[in-house]
Amino acid sequence: MSRELLRGKAWLFGDDISTDHIAPGRLFHLRTNLPELAKHVLEDARPEVAARLAPGDLIVGGRNFGLGSSREHAPRIIKLAGAGAVLAQSFARIFFRNAINIGLPALQCDTSGIGEQDELEVDLIAGEVRDLSTGAVIPFVPLPPVMVTILSDGGLVAHVKKHGGFALPQG
Amino acid sequence: MTALTLAEKILAAHAGLEAVVPGQIVVCAVDVAIAQDGTGPLAIQQIEELGVATVKAPTCVFFIDHAAPAPRSELANAQQTIRAFCASSGATLSDVEMGVCHQRVAESYAKPGDLVIGADSHTCTAGALGAFATGMGSTDIAVGMAGGQTWLRVPETFRVAVAGELRDGVEAKDLILTLIGRLGAAGATYKALEFGGPGIDALPMPGRFTLCNMAVEAGAKAGLMPSDETTRAYLAGEGREEAWRPLAADPGAAYERLVQLDAGAIVPTVAKPHTVDNTAPAAELKGTRVDQVLIGTCTNGRLADLRAAARLLRGRRRAAHTRLIITPASQAVARAAAAEGLLDVFWDAGAVVTNPGCGACVGIHEGILADGEVCLSTANRNFHGRMGNPEASIYLGSPATAAATAVAGEITDPRELL
Repeated sequence: MSRELLRGKAWLFGDDISTDHIAPGRLFHLRTNLPELAKHVLEDARPEVAARLAPGDLIVGGRNFGLGSSREHAPRIIKLAGAGAVLAQSFARIFFRNAINIGLPALQCDTSGIGEQDELEVDLIAGEVRDLSTGAVIPFVPLPPVMVTILSDGGLVAHVKKHGGFALPQG
Repeated sequence: MTALTLAEKILAAHAGLEAVVPGQIVVCAVDVAIAQDGTGPLAIQQIEELGVATVKAPTCVFFIDHAAPAPRSELANAQQTIRAFCASSGATLSDVEMGVCHQRVAESYAKPGDLVIGADSHTCTAGALGAFATGMGSTDIAVGMAGGQTWLRVPETFRVAVAGELRDGVEAKDLILTLIGRLGAAGATYKALEFGGPGIDALPMPGRFTLCNMAVEAGAKAGLMPSDETTRAYLAGEGREEAWRPLAADPGAAYERLVQLDAGAIVPTVAKPHTVDNTAPAAELKGTRVDQVLIGTCTNGRLADLRAAARLLRGRRRAAHTRLIITPASQAVARAAAAEGLLDVFWDAGAVVTNPGCGACVGIHEGILADGEVCLSTANRNFHGRMGNPEASIYLGSPATAAATAVAGEITDPRELL
């Protein structure tokens, strides 16, 4: 993986944050202008976050994060806005796959004890999130080997280019 | 021989294996790969990033349906990118007049037994033809189009066994909303939903498409139906009978969960804001004032849906405070509706009839809501901000419920008007 240790502040979101919250349909015309779209990231859930997100900060969700549309623009603008990873209790399927494909770690863990603006450290090798504000150590569900491979290669396109096709572990 | 579910059977065949088991990672040959004008430009960019000039999957189609025709210059430019790519790459173009990708895939492209991948979450619609059809992002679709293969984790399958038959005024939409209300919006995440039983055997194709279309609203990776004589008749009607073959799960296949529904006990059902699993009987929401009704979309914009709406709208008029927008799912649907005189019924009822497309459902154009407004839509999503305004609220229901609601000006059980 490109970076093994991520560190930043937590921005808290609730359950069922949809891709419409992250990249609203009314901004459809910005889909081909991702830097501009990224200025509106998560606008319909917490309008103040986009302007205040610092590089490396962490998006912390509840259950079923990223449900809805297949729009890959959603994880792309989260990454482009500077977030280091998304942590959530669970992820919707397409969002999870898209995030890994574009090189954004999407990590499933118990986010219930994380507070707004807590200082977090994500250790991708040890498989845990350390909440430096509370001292809590939160393990995340290990990514499946296939996802680790794609993420380590820098995303799906980089994986396919590197291997001349799929070179994925079984199981 | 191992007994396989429908999903396992189709994935095994595409991976060149005799059998697969849930959890297994397989690399599969892709039959149909699609994208639309929202996800297509990014897919094209990724195909170019891969250094590929000509698409390899047997059927690659780009649909310009989300913003059709373009309401803004940025979108017009993005659509030119798609047209130029199709002209040079061997991909097929379905331009602004043709309609919604999932309806077009059903009419013209998907076959029983196919593996269909699409850069649109409702790609699962094609599962009604006995295909394994699933939504992915632009990058996955780019890789699938460019190389003709995709990787999949074989999903566990939930068997949804439907007994009985829907009663008059109750539609497949009510059945799927009831199911999602029971499973929850994440209740089937990563799973395949395999529909079957006498209630499905008796269900015409339009209803089957509606059920599979909304599989993703329970989090599912795919929704699948057996391919039977109903499937054959549908394909024959589209001039594609040669594409038909029978397909069913093996007796004794292993399911992770069995969900049983009695179609005869289903009532008109509505999903309340802002999640699809927040369901209630339409009758319980009587008195909820509605500013706009939308009938159409990949969920319920087929000819059967327009007929169900026309049945209630004929000789009636929308309430003075309730706008009624009707969007056929494809040009073929619009043409057939016109030939039957349904468009006259809609115009007489005070409706706006729009070009086939996705516009209002995805909040791009042709029916964006004002602050504080309430819409009842036949679409598949009622998320916060979905129809272009986070200050508005969306309820979801069947075409019959939508038509009855337009007439009454408040959410109404359509059986009141039958």
